[in-house]
Amino acid sequence: MSHTHNPGDGGAGERHAAPMVEEITDFEVLEIAVRELAIEHGLFTAEDHRRFTEWAESVGPAAGSRLVAKAWIDPAFKARVMEDAVKACKEIGIDWAEPTGFGTPSDYMNLRVLEDTPTLHHVIVCTLCSCYPRPLLGMSPEWYRTTNYRRRLVRWPREVLAEFGLVLPPEVEIRVEDSNQKCRFMVLPVRPEGTENWTEKRLAEIVTRDCMIGVALPRPGRTADVHPVQKAGRPVQR
Amino acid sequence: MNGIHDIGGMDGFGPVIREENEPVFHADWERRIYPLSLLTLRQLGVSADEFRHSIERMPPARYLTSSYYERWIAAVETLLLEHGVVTREEFRAALGDEGAGAIAKPAEGPPATSGARSKAPRARFKRGDRVRARNLNPPGHTRLPRYARGKAGVVVRDWGVFVFPDTNAHQAGARPQHCYAVEFDARELWGKPTSAKERVSVDLWEDYLESAATTGPKKGGKR
Repeated sequence: MSHTHNPGDGGAGERHAAPMVEEITDFEVLEIAVRELAIEHGLFTAEDHRRFTEWAESVGPAAGSRLVAKAWIDPAFKARVMEDAVKACKEIGIDWAEPTGFGTPSDYMNLRVLEDTPTLHHVIVCTLCSCYPRPLLGMSPEWYRTTNYRRRLVRWPREVLAEFGLVLPPEVEIRVEDSNQKCRFMVLPVRPEGTENWTEKRLAEIVTRDCMIGVALPRPGRTADVHPVQKAGRPVQR
Repeated sequence: MNGIHDIGGMDGFGPVIREENEPVFHADWERRIYPLSLLTLRQLGVSADEFRHSIERMPPARYLTSSYYERWIAAVETLLLEHGVVTREEFRAALGDEGAGAIAKPAEGPPATSGARSKAPRARFKRGDRVRARNLNPPGHTRLPRYARGKAGVVVRDWGVFVFPDTNAHQAGARPQHCYAVEFDARELWGKPTSAKERVSVDLWEDYLESAATTGPKKGGKR
């Protein structure tokens, strides 16, 4: 095969201050081989792959934050979200059937927004793999994909949430959504007190990714998902 | 299959590890995996069901010690081989002697029962029905998690008609059928000491379910 790829090419990876993976793993070698062989056999072109990669890099939780903030402010929009979230997403520029806009495949099947109340809290997991609403939330965080999260959330939801810093009063019911089908889920949290008269833009700033997965609650002043210092490791490492 | 991927409810592996200031991708190759995978699926006409099953068939020890994107690239390698796009010899030449990836094993048993349905299926259950997840242990792909099998819950939503993963993953027919959101009380899943204020919702296809009114304990029985 032709070796068009230069393994020493740091490229966009250098944007990260401290890449977690320094040495070339056999999976990295495998990725190069698989991609180059697929292109060599005409499965797709390098240009197809480049465009799709750009899209994958462009998605993030901001779309979901906008959706929640708009739903908080506009009851009619919220009603449309609860009725048909896929349709409502088009109003904020997210097309689940055609998320990339250039004919690339989607893992879309359906989207359901789960509405919290003061006495009901939703949290999402995918125990069998790691299904995640990418067009709205971007690529999933590593902890969401770890086997420990997938193992434990269905069994110990209250305890896992407490580890995330979210201690729920015992009277609040927890509903764990195992995203085992092809439907994707997102949480619509309760609008916190102290945000009266806030603009949609300002509200969106406190709706972080973790709030939409259900492992955090939005509150004034909390604009980032800050986790305790724990280095990500291999799934079975402690 | 009762595979290494079906882990909901397992204990003993420690806390959920989180990372401070986590980058979206940890290495350049990770950002290339998702596009590579989805382009491959599209071009080969591979369903999400078949893709998921190619991950589930990874050697179990390898599955446990691999990261998410590592599992994906191993699955794509498997699909390229199984669909005859790339030969083992080509991979060997590209990867060197020791560079072979985590190629999945073929499914160990026969695929789930085949047979497409011609008519649009009618819903057997409706919102509010008490149902029980059947004790199914198919050798191939399934989306019925082990922790829900044999357990009784309540239908809270009819999602409509979807292809049946257990056959669709094996190209043994789409078997479109209703898929329901079924809610289980945590005490039904995990036993009495569990908090009463916890529920788990799982989406279950009609072939996974039977009526709990006839096969399960009496409706409204205290647990």
